[in-house]
Parts: sequence; C-alpha cells; structure tokens
Amino acid sequence: MFDNVWLIPLFPLIGFLINGFFGKKIKNEAVIGGIGTLMIFMSFIVSCGILMQMIGLPPEQRVFEKVLFPWIHCGNFKADMAFLVDPLSAVMIMVVTGVGSLIHLYSIGYMHGEEGFYRFFAYLNLFCMAMLLLVLGNNMLVMFIGWEGVGLCSYLLIGYYFHKKSAGDAGKKAFVMNRVGDFGFLLGMFTLYWWFGSNHNIWTINFTEIKAASHLLPYGGVVTVATLCFFVGATGKSAQIPLFTWLPDAMEGPTPVSALIHAATMVTAGVYMIGRMSFVFIKSPDTMMVVAVVGAATAIFAATIGTAQNDIKRVLAYSTVSQLGFMFLAMGVGAFWAGIFHLMTHAFFKACMFLGSGSVIHSMHHALHHGHLHDDAQDMRNMGGLRKVMPITFITFFVSTLAIAGIFPFSGFFSKDEILWKAFSNPYHGNLNIILWGTGAIAACFTAFYMFRLVFMTFFGECRINPKVKSHLHESPLVITIPLMVLGALATVGGFIGMPKVMGALPNYLEHWLDPVFELANEFGTKYAHEGGHHSHALEWGLMGLSIAIAVVGIMIALTMYVKNTGAPARFTATFPALHRAVYNKWYIDELYDFLFVNPCKAFGQFLWKGFDVVVVDGIVNGVANVVMGFSGIFRYMQSGYIYNYAFSMVLGVVVILGYYIFK
Amino acid sequence: MENLNGYLIVSAILFAIGTIGVLTRKNAIVIFMCIELMLNAVNLTFISLSRHLGHLDGQIFVIFIMTVAAAEAAVGLALMIAFYNNKESIDVEDVNLMKW
Repeated sequence: MFDNVWLIPLFPLIGFLINGFFGKKIKNEAVIGGIGTLMIFMSFIVSCGILMQMIGLPPEQRVFEKVLFPWIHCGNFKADMAFLVDPLSAVMIMVVTGVGSLIHLYSIGYMHGEEGFYRFFAYLNLFCMAMLLLVLGNNMLVMFIGWEGVGLCSYLLIGYYFHKKSAGDAGKKAFVMNRVGDFGFLLGMFTLYWWFGSNHNIWTINFTEIKAASHLLPYGGVVTVATLCFFVGATGKSAQIPLFTWLPDAMEGPTPVSALIHAATMVTAGVYMIGRMSFVFIKSPDTMMVVAVVGAATAIFAATIGTAQNDIKRVLAYSTVSQLGFMFLAMGVGAFWAGIFHLMTHAFFKACMFLGSGSVIHSMHHALHHGHLHDDAQDMRNMGGLRKVMPITFITFFVSTLAIAGIFPFSGFFSKDEILWKAFSNPYHGNLNIILWGTGAIAACFTAFYMFRLVFMTFFGECRINPKVKSHLHESPLVITIPLMVLGALATVGGFIGMPKVMGALPNYLEHWLDPVFELANEFGTKYAHEGGHHSHALEWGLMGLSIAIAVVGIMIALTMYVKNTGAPARFTATFPALHRAVYNKWYIDELYDFLFVNPCKAFGQFLWKGFDVVVVDGIVNGVANVVMGFSGIFRYMQSGYIYNYAFSMVLGVVVILGYYIFK
Repeated sequence: MENLNGYLIVSAILFAIGTIGVLTRKNAIVIFMCIELMLNAVNLTFISLSRHLGHLDGQIFVIFIMTVAAAEAAVGLALMIAFYNNKESIDVEDVNLMKW
C-alpha cells in the first residue's frame, strides 16, 4: 500500500484536469460534482489503506519514502519528486482527504446553479492536490510546490466571484500576504541548505537526511535565523500575527472554500511545517519562545475581534485565526503532538461550523431572494430562532460550538486543554509559562463567549428576518446535511484518541502514534529544559476543571447578554463606545498596514511610474529619437530632387577619390 | 604612335566639356548630348591607348560602349518623350519630385 502513496495527489490532479478542460462541455452538475468528489474520495480510500498498513507495523518501521522520479539533480543539489509516509503525514492526509471529501460533497449542494460550477470543482481538486503534495513531500522543494500551490488555489477560490471587486481584492490580499510568507520559507530553506553544505558537506533539503544530521546543528545561532525565516513562512500561511489580515477578508469566497481552506487544510500548513521540522525548531530556544508568544498573542487578539463582528463568517474567520494561535502556542511550548491534535479536532469542528454557517446562509439567501429583499444574508442581526426551521444544522453547529468552547467530553476540550496544560507545565520557557497559560485561558474564555454569541444570535431568540419571507426558511437538502452530521459526530468523539494520561480511561493513542516523529525533538529539548518540570496530577486535574469553568463563564456571559437580557450589548456599546469601535474595526490593523506598508508601496509605485518611467526611461528613448530627428532635419535638404545636384556630388566624389590616389 | 599625350589631352578636354555641360545645362536633350560627348571622350582614350600599347582590348571596349550608348539613346529619348507628354517641358528643373 505504501508504494501507492503517489496515487493520493494524483487522483485530485486527474479530477482537476477533467473538470478544468472538459467541465464547460460536460455542463451536467451531477457529473462534474461527482467526478470531483469521487477523485478526492479515492484519495481518502488510499489514505485509509496506508493508515491501516501503518497501524499494523511496529512504530520504528512506520517511515517509508517513495521516490516517484528524479526531479532536479544538479551538482551537489538533489531534489526528487518523492513522498514521505510517516505517522505525521498519515494523520495529515487522513484529515485533508477525509474532511476534503465531505466538503466536496457539500459543495455539490451548496454551489448548485452557480455560474462556473465546473471551475469551482476544478479549483477544489487542484487545491487538494497541492495540499497533499505539501504534506507528503519528502523534501522542502516538493513541500514548497504544495506550499505555493495552496496559495495560488486560495487566490483562485477566494476570488471565485471575481466580478465582485471585494472578492478580487480579498484574493489578491491573500496571495500577496502568502507570498511575503513564502519568501521567509525560501530563505529558511536556503539557510539550512547552505549551513549543512558549507560546514558538513551535507548538501540536502531532504527531511529524512536533515533529521539524520540534525545532531550537528548548534543550539541557537544559525538555527534561530533559519527557523525564524521558516516561522515567517508559517505566519503567512497560517494567518498569525503579523500576516493574519488576509484570512478574515478571504470570507469573500464561497462558504465551502472557507471550510476547506480555513479550517481543514491550507492554514494548517504552517503548523504542519513546524511539526515536520520540529527537530530543527527545538534547537533554537529563542524561536520556540517567539512561536509560543506569537501563538498566544494571536489567540487572544483574534478572539477579541471575534466578539464584535456581526457577519457570521467573519466571526468564524477570527475564531480560526485564534485557534491557529493555540496550535502555534502548542508548537512553541514543545507540545508538538498537541498542536497536531488540535489541528485535527479543529479541522472537524471548524469545518462543521463553516459548513453549518453555509447552510444557514444558503437558507437565508434563498428566503431573501424569494422575497426580492436585499438584506445581508450573512448578517447575524437578520437571523435568530433558526433552530426550529433548521434542526440538523442547529444540532451539528451546537455540538461543534461546545467542542470549540472546550466543554467535556467534546473533541476541542481534550486538545485545547492539553495545549493549555503544556503551556503551563512545559520545561522550556520558565516564568513565561504562567503568562502563556493565562493568555491562552483568557482567549479560551473569549472563544466560548463569541461562539455562543454567534449561536444565540443565529439559532435562538426571535427570528429577526423580514416576516414576509420567514416561511421560506427551510432546512438544507441531504447533500448538505450529511457532511454536517459526519463532521458533527467527529467533532464530538474525535477527542478520545488523545485523552490525557491522568484520565486513564483510554491510552493516549495520538501521542504514542506521533511519538516516532517527535521523539528526536523532545530529546534535543531536554538539553536546555529546566529541572523540576514535573507537576502533580492534582494540579493537572485542577487546571482542567478551571479551563472548563472558564469556558462556562464565557458561555454564561453570552447567555446573559444575548438571550436573557438582550439590551445588554447595546448598553455595553454605549458605555464604552471607543472600545467597541476599536474592536469592531478590528483594532484598525488593516488601516495600520495600509498606512505602514500599502500606501508607501503605492507612493513608491507612483514615483516609479510618474517619476522614473515617464521622465527617465521614456526621456532616454524619446531623447535618442529626437536627436536623430534633429540631425535628419538638417541633412534632408541635401536631397534637393535636382539631377544636376546629384550629378555634381558624384563628380565631386570622383574628383576627390582620384585626387587622393594621384597626390598621395 | 609618338604623340599619345596629344590624344589624351584632347580626350580630357572633351570629357571636361561634357561634364560641365551635364552639370550646368537644364535642357534634358543637351544634357543627353553632353553625356554622349563624355562617352566618346572615353572612347578616344581607349583607342589611343590601345594603339599605343598594341593591344586590342581597348577597341573591344569601345565597340561595347557604342552599343550601350545606342541602347541608352533609345531609352533616354523614350523617357524624354514620356516626360514631355506629362509636363510639356524637357527642362530638368521640372523633374524634382524625388526630394525631402
């Protein structure tokens, strides 16, 4: 089965080629959607086969490399089109193909009747292919193809409604921000390649070879430089401070895109990349601290913004940024497996929520369209009371919300609690731990608050949609609700594979599963870990209870403000108008970036255009032409048109030449 | 032949007269006749040198030149008739369209 790993990215590629080239002719939506969904589902089946085989093997044999063909061999440099199958990539391909299949299926229903249906499925397949290349690549260059590929596809998918200017702008923003990050990735790659090559004559970009040679890396120094560069790449892809602003704007794309890109796949690329190179990252204590701090800061920062947004998808977008912050926090405190665990549970519950919000928007849009109203179908202020008309959507959404809020025993509880526990108890960051933990805990409280705010505004209370069209609200078709139910179920039970040891009911499958991948990193980490990193079980139980209590507090505040005492939000806004305005406008980060980067770039572009191009470049070109014209203006008078003038010059010429030969 | 220089001088004078005529005259027929004069001056040079050197090549050249001159006369006069039909003049001052 391992030998067939190349089939996994191949199937979506075939789907892309079929739908991309012939989709316009096929026209039939069922066929196009069927092809797209079938292709990714076949990848899922192959992934399952690989996972099954891997489970059957002893842990030390769970690494396999498949060289498909030699790609670039040039002097010392060697890059093959090759795939790496190990427990980490097995988890990733399961998440990508599994959640991806459900999203494809959902899209058949959601995108029904949209113009360019075939285009959408072609992009989705291409996106999945790029993501699978990213997680399967056995060297940095193959990973980079996928890395760039998902960036490109996110541009295409976010700008799917390209006739809308805001969608086009959002696509561009995502692409440019990702490119900034990609530059960091490249620099990191060059640094590592150069260092290994020039110091130890190991010219490689292959993960396995780097891992084998990683004991040569120093602690700090060049590793800090390289890993910080990689981390810049990760912040771009995974929407962390400072490169996070593209993600909320990316909500311009169709909702399944948000679910695919911003829940299950692309944004997790940065987390995956750090996990893949954990043995390099751990060698730099400074980078680990930066990762942890940026993660925690992003978690709380995005969570605060999420509390004041009214667009249902925007709330989810900020919650995604915030949850990604948790994953980076986990990576930064050396709890790599916990980061991957949260990545997985987040893929389940966030995909479910995005798809659920899509179901709500679908229904709202349908009803509003029916009544020829132009109210915003995504604005939660127009919703309310939808739990009665959309019971399946409501239940799945509610379950996922409990999961993200971290309520026992839903999946998010286990992963988030593990992260918070590791933030508190990890041996790397000393006194910073308490701050990291505190920030994470407050962010978790905010998360519970804004997610329940969303649920209460959307599904509870009075229905605020225009009464004329109320009767047109309805539950979505099965093709939409089936993925919701599957994801809802996963969001409920997905956490049990990573149950903490103190609970003891189940062994911690995921941690053991990922052990072979991360054990080297943990070994390197012990070199500078502080002594006495052992905490009692009672403390772990206590913090666990505390994190649930924090979530419940968040839920209670939301309940008070948005169900029991519905005047409270308005009063709060009136009491702190400046605070509300700042949060509502996302702390003016977009404006700040416009001021710091965008406008200076624009001004510089204007200068290059008006100052350099028009004056200097055009000046040189036109100047040469003008000089030639001036001279010819003088000399053209020699062309008199009279024969005897020409004859005279001929004679003169002959005389001169003869004279030269005679008198020389 | 003892007096080669005399022949060459006469030839040079004829050539110069022809050249000056070509450059100064406006009437196309006169210019044409001056060109003939130049050709014949050259012919004279050829003949004299041929005789002086005892070589027949020069005389062969003269036959060629006379043939070409005859053809040239036919074409030239035809051009002039065509020109006269257009402009009612054979003055070269009137043929000045090919200029800036």
